[in-house]
Amino acid sequence: MAKAIRQVYGEALAELGAVNKNVVVLDADLSGSTKSGIFGKQYPERFFNMGIAESNMVATAAGLAAVGKVAFVNTFTVFLTTLGLIATRGQVCYGNLNVKLAGAYCGVSDALDGASHHALEDIANMRSLPNMRILCPADATCAKWATFCAAETEGPMYLRLSREVYPDLYGADAKFELGRGAVVREGADVTVIACGIMVHKAIEAAEMLKDKGISVQVVDMYSIKPIDAELILRCAARTGAVVTAEEHCVTGGLGSAVAEVLAHAGAGVPVEFVGTQNTFTETGKYADLLHIYGLDAEAVAAAVQRAAERKKK
Amino acid sequence: MSISQSRISELEELCRRFRIDVLTGIHAAQSGHPGGSLSVCEIVTLLYQERMNVSAQRPDDPDRDRFVLSKGHAAPMLYRNLIEKGFLPADSMNTLRQTGSLLQGHPTLHTPGIDMPAGPLGIGLSAAQGMAIGLKMNGSPARVYAVLGDGELQEGCVWEAATSAPKFELDNLCAIVDMNHVQLDGTTDEVMPQRDLAAKWRAFGWNVIECPGHDIAALDAAFDAAEAAKGVPTVILADTIKGKGVSFMEGQAGWHGKAIDDESFKKAIEELGGAD
Repeated sequence: MAKAIRQVYGEALAELGAVNKNVVVLDADLSGSTKSGIFGKQYPERFFNMGIAESNMVATAAGLAAVGKVAFVNTFTVFLTTLGLIATRGQVCYGNLNVKLAGAYCGVSDALDGASHHALEDIANMRSLPNMRILCPADATCAKWATFCAAETEGPMYLRLSREVYPDLYGADAKFELGRGAVVREGADVTVIACGIMVHKAIEAAEMLKDKGISVQVVDMYSIKPIDAELILRCAARTGAVVTAEEHCVTGGLGSAVAEVLAHAGAGVPVEFVGTQNTFTETGKYADLLHIYGLDAEAVAAAVQRAAERKKK
Repeated sequence: MSISQSRISELEELCRRFRIDVLTGIHAAQSGHPGGSLSVCEIVTLLYQERMNVSAQRPDDPDRDRFVLSKGHAAPMLYRNLIEKGFLPADSMNTLRQTGSLLQGHPTLHTPGIDMPAGPLGIGLSAAQGMAIGLKMNGSPARVYAVLGDGELQEGCVWEAATSAPKFELDNLCAIVDMNHVQLDGTTDEVMPQRDLAAKWRAFGWNVIECPGHDIAALDAAFDAAEAAKGVPTVILADTIKGKGVSFMEGQAGWHGKAIDDESFKKAIEELGGAD
């Protein structure tokens, strides 16, 4: 059943606490929002409310990891990846320490709090750090897997999580793998490579375009770093045109990662980027913001049509 | 238990030699931070050569004491201590700040004996706090030491950690502030007045010990008192002299981080009693 991604994460974290005694959880006074409090209630001796002090929280997690703990740090995405960045770079990544950064409200999912609380640069920040890995689940099943994957994978990892309810995408028995993406809809003309909520928008766009005779393949690129280069190239070869779609700016995020793979391989296919365009956002309902900032199915469909046109030339 | 006079004399001689070796390394590299490396000499040397439970034979001992050099630019003095403990080759000081060297400009986990990377100021005490929490959870008797600069106290994250460590009752955590009173652009009072630091730390809930930072007996007594304090973390405000041991470097902001020219190097080594 479709659930808010943060809720799935919080429940998975508590489940993880039962099987892995080394898991410790830190929050910066937002555990009711990030849902890390679900773990905190069950394992108070392994839960640390660090107060509203994100740098201290991440650096403390680095120290915990250095003495054998698997440290999950939690706060809103935007604060984690800005205020927490100094220790993330200088200790967690430089020291290749076993710290998991869970960014709870990615993109514009904290919609009504406005631009100050929207995270549209976090993938770019995290992707540029050596040793960092990034997972961005697009449904509940994947979010649960990502939480367990973070604990089982030695070293730094960033989980890009949403405040929102995402529709279900996978069956309970779906298999995921760090460094892989999944084709969630087959198509022949254009491939949309998306993450998070945008996977669902891409599927909607594919439905919209069916009547117009454009067959759209959709990839859920839940592992943003490492990225599934082989899948990207296979899709580019099959469909001859690529659209990337992310609830993030078009600079440095998933789109950039995909473009890097295509350029490096000399794929030479047209690429269109869906994401925010060098702009801050504003307060509003989530669906409204997705529409205003070009993050809805219509925006994806328009990009697919542009890519399809470019392919013909 | 108080340290014997003969052991104090041995450690003082080690400090003299370490100062020479550190300046030799910084001179050879033509880059580095002489002032702050000299001011932490007694603090780091007493910890590594006398007090801390660390051994190059058991580098991964989960119960070893931990050390975080939050003022990472004093790394050469830490490296010299790690050489003495057998973590690093005796001649590695010659490779300081060179490509491929184990002795990077600032501490990294690639270097044997280093417990936490450092460089960006302000975040080392927080990491030490994390270690102290984790070690307590593990039931380990290990202690955690973090050395900070007094200029470093201008970083906000230091005070985030100062706020949180007493909450967690971390009596296995000891912060040492190398109070050398000088930073890159001038004295700490010129750059950012510190006011009453002891009162500040006390107000945050720490066991505060003020002590002369080049006096091994006094430092040793301070570390004893830190271990004796239960239920609270300790901060030792160690009054030191930037560039200690070399008259023309002492108290001089100009020697915070600059290459040592040949003539100054020769004079410095002479003042320290010469290389043997």
